[in-house]
Amino acid sequence: MRQAARRLLEENTVNLVIGYAWGTLPLRTAPFFARTPAEADRLVYNSLCENNLVKYLLRYSKEKLGLVVKGCDARSLVVLLRENQVQRDRVHIIGVPCTGVIDRRKVMELVDGQEVTGAEVTVEGIVVRGEGFEKDIKTDEVLCVSCRGCKYGTPVLYDTLVGEEVRAREENFGDIRAFEALPPSEREAYFAQEMAKCIRCYACRNVCPLCYCTECFVDSSRPQWLSRRPATADNFFFHLGRAYHLAGRCVDCGACARACPVGVDLMKLNRKLIKDAKDLFGYEAGLDPGQPSLLSTFDPNDPERFILGG
Amino acid sequence: MAEDREPRIVGFLCNWCSYAAADLAGMSRFHYPPHLCAIRVPCTGRMNPLFVMSALRRGADAVLIAGCHPGDCHYVSGNLTARRRFSVFRSLLEFAGVEEGRLNLTWISAAEGKRFASLSTQLTQRAKELGPYKGMLRKRIGV
Repeated sequence: MRQAARRLLEENTVNLVIGYAWGTLPLRTAPFFARTPAEADRLVYNSLCENNLVKYLLRYSKEKLGLVVKGCDARSLVVLLRENQVQRDRVHIIGVPCTGVIDRRKVMELVDGQEVTGAEVTVEGIVVRGEGFEKDIKTDEVLCVSCRGCKYGTPVLYDTLVGEEVRAREENFGDIRAFEALPPSEREAYFAQEMAKCIRCYACRNVCPLCYCTECFVDSSRPQWLSRRPATADNFFFHLGRAYHLAGRCVDCGACARACPVGVDLMKLNRKLIKDAKDLFGYEAGLDPGQPSLLSTFDPNDPERFILGG
Repeated sequence: MAEDREPRIVGFLCNWCSYAAADLAGMSRFHYPPHLCAIRVPCTGRMNPLFVMSALRRGADAVLIAGCHPGDCHYVSGNLTARRRFSVFRSLLEFAGVEEGRLNLTWISAAEGKRFASLSTQLTQRAKELGPYKGMLRKRIGV
């Protein structure tokens, strides 16, 4: 990774590499901007690299960039290419085959919420340390829900691939299927509990590489779709609206859920839409920049068993 | 809010067919319940899911979207994209716990005044059975 970044910067192929470096807290990495070959030596990559850096492509659109992308990130980049938001020749994609990202909340559960003062990445997982404890955790135990059924660990699009290709996992929508099987009242109660947590900081929207509207519907005042206050109903309105706007676009990278400071189960809605797009229309987002968009196209034979009055 | 109030239904009717069908139903003196509040849209392709959520948020118990039959769209394919969007959105709302039947899509051509009358009757019946919508979109602050 460092070698690849260093070479790109030395050869002037790019003038900025965006990757990850260790953050200031244990278990955290932060986006890192390397402009010189020396800075490239601070780059790291491991299962704690939870941000989707593709978001930065939209902001740094004037420079020739080197961008570190995981499998899912590459798919979101494909969606951006398809939507003509970025130019392919502006970015040198440094692909990293990814075996899954760690969900810090699950780690915290495993250590019963004790304060973690140190963490170390091993081959199999991570070792976390705190006052009076040390725990060896396997990556697979604490994977994000999106990573558990990830078929695209190896980026679908890259210029340089760092590391060995990884094996595709078996698709897994077990969580969504189980939830669908619950009675509507229980589903609603679950969402009511989740939505009550939301403080409407919009972190989920702000980290999402595909949320790039210049005016989001939540900020619009004419019409004002929903109230600014973080009331459950308005939160629900926001999350349904956002999820729907990502229908056929969301690539299940899970960055929104990881960015959420209060742990709202955002992937329930997103993954439901991904599953529906697949089941109803055989559509998977972010595999091919030439792919038509799901919701602005149609097939005369689309299912319509729901039509009232037949 | 009284439990036994009459249902409120918001109908988004396509200018070129369903809205004309509603006119025809009126002109033909067909009887149908008065619960449907018609909103004219240029095409079902104009429908934004936010309209539907806003309707539910602001007091509707059921929503009807009615457009031209597939193949008859004034804008060639507005109703077909609407159908696809609707199927995704409907499924999402149901997943999130909004009862099936609150959100409806149908095709009514300008000549089908009778169909408009019978579908509004059917829908009003359904909305009465479901009762007032008290789901999460209707929650007040602090609840």
